[in-house]
Amino acid sequence: MLKDITIGQYFPGNSPVHRLDPRMKLVLTTVYIVMLFIASTPLSLVVGILFLAVVYPVSRVPVGMMIRSIKPIIPIILLTGILNMFFIDGDILWQWWFLKITDRGLTMAVLMSVRIICLIAGTSLLTYTTSPIALTDGLEQLFGPLKRFRVPVHEVAMMMTIALRFIPTLIEETDKIMSAQKARGADLESGGIMQRVRALIPILIPLFVSAFRRAEELALAMECRCYHGGENRTRMHVLRMGAIDAVSLIFTGACLAGVILVNIYGAGWL
Amino acid sequence: MAIIRTENLNYIYGVGTAFEKSAVTNINLEIEQGEFVGIIGHTGSGKSTLIQHFNGLLRPTSGKVYIDGQDIWEKPKEIRKFRFKVGLVFQYPEYQLFEETVYKDIAFGPTNMGLTKDEVDERVLEAAGLVGLKDKHMRKSPFELSGGQKRRVAIAGVMAMRPDVLILDEPTAGLDPRGRDMILGEIQRYHIQNKNTVLLVSHSMEDIARYAHKVLVMNRSEVFLYDNVEAVFAHAREIADMGLAVPQITRICIALRDMGYNISPETYTVESAKEQILALLGGR
Repeated sequence: MLKDITIGQYFPGNSPVHRLDPRMKLVLTTVYIVMLFIASTPLSLVVGILFLAVVYPVSRVPVGMMIRSIKPIIPIILLTGILNMFFIDGDILWQWWFLKITDRGLTMAVLMSVRIICLIAGTSLLTYTTSPIALTDGLEQLFGPLKRFRVPVHEVAMMMTIALRFIPTLIEETDKIMSAQKARGADLESGGIMQRVRALIPILIPLFVSAFRRAEELALAMECRCYHGGENRTRMHVLRMGAIDAVSLIFTGACLAGVILVNIYGAGWL
Repeated sequence: MAIIRTENLNYIYGVGTAFEKSAVTNINLEIEQGEFVGIIGHTGSGKSTLIQHFNGLLRPTSGKVYIDGQDIWEKPKEIRKFRFKVGLVFQYPEYQLFEETVYKDIAFGPTNMGLTKDEVDERVLEAAGLVGLKDKHMRKSPFELSGGQKRRVAIAGVMAMRPDVLILDEPTAGLDPRGRDMILGEIQRYHIQNKNTVLLVSHSMEDIARYAHKVLVMNRSEVFLYDNVEAVFAHAREIADMGLAVPQITRICIALRDMGYNISPETYTVESAKEQILALLGGR
């Protein structure tokens, strides 16, 4: 039951998108977000959609996954769409009582909805194609320069890595404890809210105890191997940029340029 | 009548995902009331998945499970009834303890059954006695006890529900030989006293040969054998080929037989081996 939850939602694969350097992917995702927000006309947003239309097939992540990532934010999309539609001034197309739809409102509503959908679909692609560990590695290196300002980048990255590493373990542990308590007749599925909260105690206490035990064991194991974070650590997998990174950079750059050009000259073409 | 019966039981993990995997395949089993059954098999052979079907923790992908002749999934809302009938002790059960005192922890199951306070009290004390817990332990926090004692508390917690069937998943994992013998002895005493069915999952053929009447061998999600201990150890070679260790004494007897001595390769107790060897020596 709990096993069905996918956290980090990594979708293993070996496509060019998967093989991209995580640092490059993080940068390009940021560029893509910027691209979406400077796209001010419907036509320039089409460039943003085209970007996804190219990258998703290349990544071989099923379209179903993209739809699944959008599902939870449908209410937000609807809300922004409706608010934009009714509350932006312009030439009135339809009116009833205090509600009115204007041409500019309608354009903005579509623009904003498409923008949010692209935003989620684009950033989901990052987590679909990058393992959580690669992601923290990339983040650590990208934020590396902050070490000069005494920001504990390595420590934070290590904490993230450990936390991610333990999510599946703790889920499994929770599953086991739940089964064990259910075997003793614990009723987790029925009763009022107070009863349900109380029913969680037999699960949470053993879970906390085991989490602390694991943390202690891990700390001990790390110390036994002389771990001390920070300076002069080398890595087993050194991140290196390659040809695909260059290609993807050029492609994304071209899309960004496309968005800017369409923004400036596109109005004339419509 | 069989206390546990399965009919074409199948269970597939992760149905509809890329990680679909059949954990138990087409299991047809009948386990009689009052039997002491040992279950052996590799890690990943489907033992744990199978036993979790007997008390309804897992719902079969297809097929049926009958406890005492009743299809347990006929009314899914009443599945708890079967959880009390079939008590399941998981691997490393000491990690499920949570109450302030040992007494309260053992009482968790019986209390969930909705018994009266006196009845709960009686069952808790009985179960505690069975696993050798003393009065002085009962008021302690379970977290203060040693590993072996914690495990006894957890096992007592299931015994206190007085299930018709008691299933234990490797109850001796990680214990020293003395702790192992004590816990198995307690389980045997419980079995003899209550005459109920016990299913014991174990990696140790020695333990199974010593305590069980029948053996269920699982291999690659299927039942390889389910028969009396003697009959199963007649297949000692096949079992060894599956990578499972047969009892040391059986291995010695097989080796002696290969050397040309007239010793039954189905020997699985030291006593029987001793008699045969003495007979051979005496015959000279």
